[in-house]
Amino acid sequence: MTTKSNSQSGASRRDFLVLTTTALGAVGTASLIYPFISSMNPSADVLAMATVDIDVSPVAVGQAITVMWRGKPVFIRHRTEAEIKEARDVNMSTLIDPQADAERTTYKPEWLIVVGICTHLGCVPLGQKPSDPHGQYGGWFCPCHGSQYDTSGRVRVGPAPTNLEVPVYKFLTDTTVRIGSEI
Amino acid sequence: MTQNEKKPSGVIGWIDERLPIFWFLNKELLEYPTPKNLNYMWNFGSLAGITLVVMIATGIFLAMHYTPHVDYAFNSVEHIMRDVNYGWLIRYIHMNGASIFFIIVYIHMFRGMYYGSYKRPRELLWILGVIIFLIMMATGFMGYVLPWGQMSFWGATVITNLFSVIPFFGESIVQWLWGGFSVDNPTLNRFFALHYLLPFVIIGVVCLHLVALHMFGSNNPLGVEKKKKEDTLPFHPYYTAKDLFGLGVLVTIWGFFVFFSPNFFGEPDNYIPADPLVTPQHIVPEWYYLPFYAILKSVPNKAMGVALMFSSIFILFVLPWLDTSPVKSARFRPLYKYFFWVFVIACFALGWSGGQPPEGLPVWIGRLSTTYYFAFFLVVLPLLGRYERPLPLPESISHPNLQRRKADG
Repeated sequence: MTTKSNSQSGASRRDFLVLTTTALGAVGTASLIYPFISSMNPSADVLAMATVDIDVSPVAVGQAITVMWRGKPVFIRHRTEAEIKEARDVNMSTLIDPQADAERTTYKPEWLIVVGICTHLGCVPLGQKPSDPHGQYGGWFCPCHGSQYDTSGRVRVGPAPTNLEVPVYKFLTDTTVRIGSEI
Repeated sequence: MTQNEKKPSGVIGWIDERLPIFWFLNKELLEYPTPKNLNYMWNFGSLAGITLVVMIATGIFLAMHYTPHVDYAFNSVEHIMRDVNYGWLIRYIHMNGASIFFIIVYIHMFRGMYYGSYKRPRELLWILGVIIFLIMMATGFMGYVLPWGQMSFWGATVITNLFSVIPFFGESIVQWLWGGFSVDNPTLNRFFALHYLLPFVIIGVVCLHLVALHMFGSNNPLGVEKKKKEDTLPFHPYYTAKDLFGLGVLVTIWGFFVFFSPNFFGEPDNYIPADPLVTPQHIVPEWYYLPFYAILKSVPNKAMGVALMFSSIFILFVLPWLDTSPVKSARFRPLYKYFFWVFVIACFALGWSGGQPPEGLPVWIGRLSTTYYFAFFLVVLPLLGRYERPLPLPESISHPNLQRRKADG
């Protein structure tokens, strides 16, 4: 619209107005969109359920329990001496995702706590009950695609790429564990 | 202007040749010739459209957190208010947005009546607008039921019971609406489904409304059709800028209510969970239904009251034929002007009386206003066209003053 006959100041004034209006509109729109996106994040009541406290005193040696944490199963296994030994003596170079058992059982070696979700595509591996298949490494066996985990929850046979995840947890007392928080 | 005639090249040209959306946008949104004398009353169409979009956007996000079940609905709304990130903001925008939407649409309708925008050749444009208004009322009503507070429940009970006056089938129709023998979970479920659906139906009718509008373009304060190019301005940047300014004012007012007085339009009783055993002391619908509610209350006969209330809305459909005057704008109708403002006052009086307890003075004010409301449409408008002597009309939009000076002299 602006022709050369228009004064230079007139043209720059129009440009300035268009630019500032556009910039203000963009900032305004972005700040309006933010709460909408944020509203889809976990709400306060979901976050309030982000930790669970579990009494593990009834779990005898050799037993395992499954608890719900953030909508997912968590395996808590009271390991036997043999299982601990098996997990600790393994040759690290044979592991798909090498990690020492001591790093995965930070409180006491007999308590193994892992998220019970196969790292392949999210199925729940079998192996919590004595009658379940445990795979050839004495841990868990995923019925979906055949991944096998050892007594430390480490993947030994694919296709799963990584070990079962160890959640953040802390033993509040000798028999109570809080999953989801280190405090 | 002439350079817009040549076809665009490149990617836009390639798309345009196959799907002429850029051509369409340019024709209907940028170049679109609009009367150059539109005042701020002509902002309200675009404002209503933007409000509709905001209502749908906030509504979709609310629906992500809401549970349409009698046992959970009230708590899920409180969950939105307390737990969901910015849930309070989204709900308050939506809640106040309903009131804002009706304010805008009422102004839009009064504008149409003052400037005779419903007259030939815009009768269908007006009728489509009345359809939008009707769907809006249904949508707003069903939305108000969703929080499942006391006002939600009893409002739903009263309004659905209106249909019981239908002869012979009344009872069955009401049970069909409820999906049971009272307002209950099936009612809440279907109201939620329909409250989600109807805004999209409104969008459809709005599109038709816009097609009808663009056939002849906007009316204008003078009420004479645009004739020459000098009478018009391209919509962009002249009216995009003007509409944008109006939007700024709207957002400021809307924001004021959302942040400083979010429950201004609401009823405190709706923060009490619905109780089918206790009716609140004084039950009133949302303010935007009050004029129609007043018409209902002003008749001491159930069937007549309901019939009159529905007539008060349906009469708008035939407005283009009740008004027999060929002159559009009230500026040139010395008598209509006064009858119009009294009509506006009558509507406000109805609104006031609708919110009062149904006894004493408010009832009589309601009856008087109801009488005027119908008299305006059925007596005043048909007769005025015959007996009113309009002022001389301007020759065109571009020469309004010239003509008026001639008429004076």
